[in-house]
Amino acid sequence: MSTIADVGYAEATWILILKSIVIFLVVFLIVPVLTVLERKLIGRFQNRYGPNRVGPVGMMQPLADILKLVGKQTFRPAAAVPLLYAIGPALVIFSGITTIAILPFGDVKDGVGFYGIDVSIGVLYFFAFGSLAFYGLLLSGWSSGSKYSFLGAMRSAAQLISYEVSMGLALLGAVMMAGSLSLVSIVEAQGEIWYVVPQFVGFLVFMVAGFAETNRAPFDLPEADAELVQGFQTEYGGTRFASFLLAEYLEMFVVSGIAAAFFLGGWMGPGPGWLDPIWMIAKILALIFIFIWVRATLPRLRYDQLMSLGWKVLLPLATLNALVTAVLVVVA
Amino acid sequence: MSNDLSARFPYLKDADEVVSVQRGPEPGGAKGAYRAFGETLRGLKTTMARVIEGPLTIQYPEEKTPVYPRFRGRHKLHRFEDTGLEKCVGCSLCVAACPADCIRVVAAENDPADRVSAGERYAAVYEINLARCIFCGYCEVACPFDAITMGHEYELADYNRSDLIFTKEMLLAESIEKTPLRREGE
Repeated sequence: MSTIADVGYAEATWILILKSIVIFLVVFLIVPVLTVLERKLIGRFQNRYGPNRVGPVGMMQPLADILKLVGKQTFRPAAAVPLLYAIGPALVIFSGITTIAILPFGDVKDGVGFYGIDVSIGVLYFFAFGSLAFYGLLLSGWSSGSKYSFLGAMRSAAQLISYEVSMGLALLGAVMMAGSLSLVSIVEAQGEIWYVVPQFVGFLVFMVAGFAETNRAPFDLPEADAELVQGFQTEYGGTRFASFLLAEYLEMFVVSGIAAAFFLGGWMGPGPGWLDPIWMIAKILALIFIFIWVRATLPRLRYDQLMSLGWKVLLPLATLNALVTAVLVVVA
Repeated sequence: MSNDLSARFPYLKDADEVVSVQRGPEPGGAKGAYRAFGETLRGLKTTMARVIEGPLTIQYPEEKTPVYPRFRGRHKLHRFEDTGLEKCVGCSLCVAACPADCIRVVAAENDPADRVSAGERYAAVYEINLARCIFCGYCEVACPFDAITMGHEYELADYNRSDLIFTKEMLLAESIEKTPLRREGE
């Protein structure tokens, strides 16, 4: 059997299974907290409290939301394509969860790596599975058999193409500095200085492209609640709608995780080794705070503005950053 | 600079009449990108300032909006504090003044042995239909004895329309919950 990808460090199968369960659970427990956190923070940004009625300080709000959504009847429009309509949301969640596998929460301790798996093609893995989410969006938008869904899906396709290029080029600088595609090696290469300093442009471009990749404000054109009535999600309800919501927060977590690993020194931070995963999660949460902050601040871009920002500003910046980094890496 | 201006605006007598407006760079290009970046940062600062300001929400059922002293809430009927007699003498001037026609008064003669009001007559029935009342306060103005005033209560919702017809006893009773009064300068 030929090797598909080299793995930096791998343990016994049972440890891998245990690890994946733990990581899955931790992330899945963080997502509901993120939903309240977002609503509460958006509230604070608008001089409001946000949800504070369900449970202590409103922290049980996600439970109420989820119970409500799960209690809804599963409905499919007559014009929908049954199989694809069902696969869409599943695909979106699938891509989010698989990408979590490569987020490094710490290095190898007592023979156990604090990550799902350390693949040597880390960045490519991230892009491969991240792009898969857009198949989900496209399929669900198209198979809903609705104009709004279809428009939303087309928008998201165009947006993906425009921003994934800049996103990849933005990471290229960090990849060249570390000389590796593996996320664990990239974090370890940041022992002296976090890449956010030498790769500041890359970080900015990555974050902006990240907003677009996760369909978050100000790039939430695929959803565009005001014009497209939630775009590709228009015809979805109940559990399937909840899966889209879950996927959105998962993707936000993943993109923040990648940004933390590439630019903010991943798990590195003062304190003993067992603090590593906490540092990583703290950095991810800080980045998610920025996501929410930006959402509370910026209005949605017009479609042509989205395109011109992607192609005329971010792409040249990212390319220039990659070029300069390449020259400096070779010279220095 | 002034020569330049007179060339551009020949109809102006005085260059001082020109008010120069400072504009940011036009959108597009490198300057536009710089402007967009700066404005974005300014926007982020603005929203963060809202966080520091803190929420302005009044948590209504627990926390009530204080009312002004002249706020016109639910009506109150009054008694004389010393004698305990009702101020209302059943003159029905409030009924005449009421534009919404929501007050009903039936007057009766006072029994000298057991007086209800200070005057010759008293209101045997005094009803205000709060479902009709528009809280204009004309009844308060019309009353020659200050027997009826507009109180501060504003939580008047009920399940039945008939429950909104307040009788004399209800209007005379002290309100159970005090509505917070706005302090000076608040």
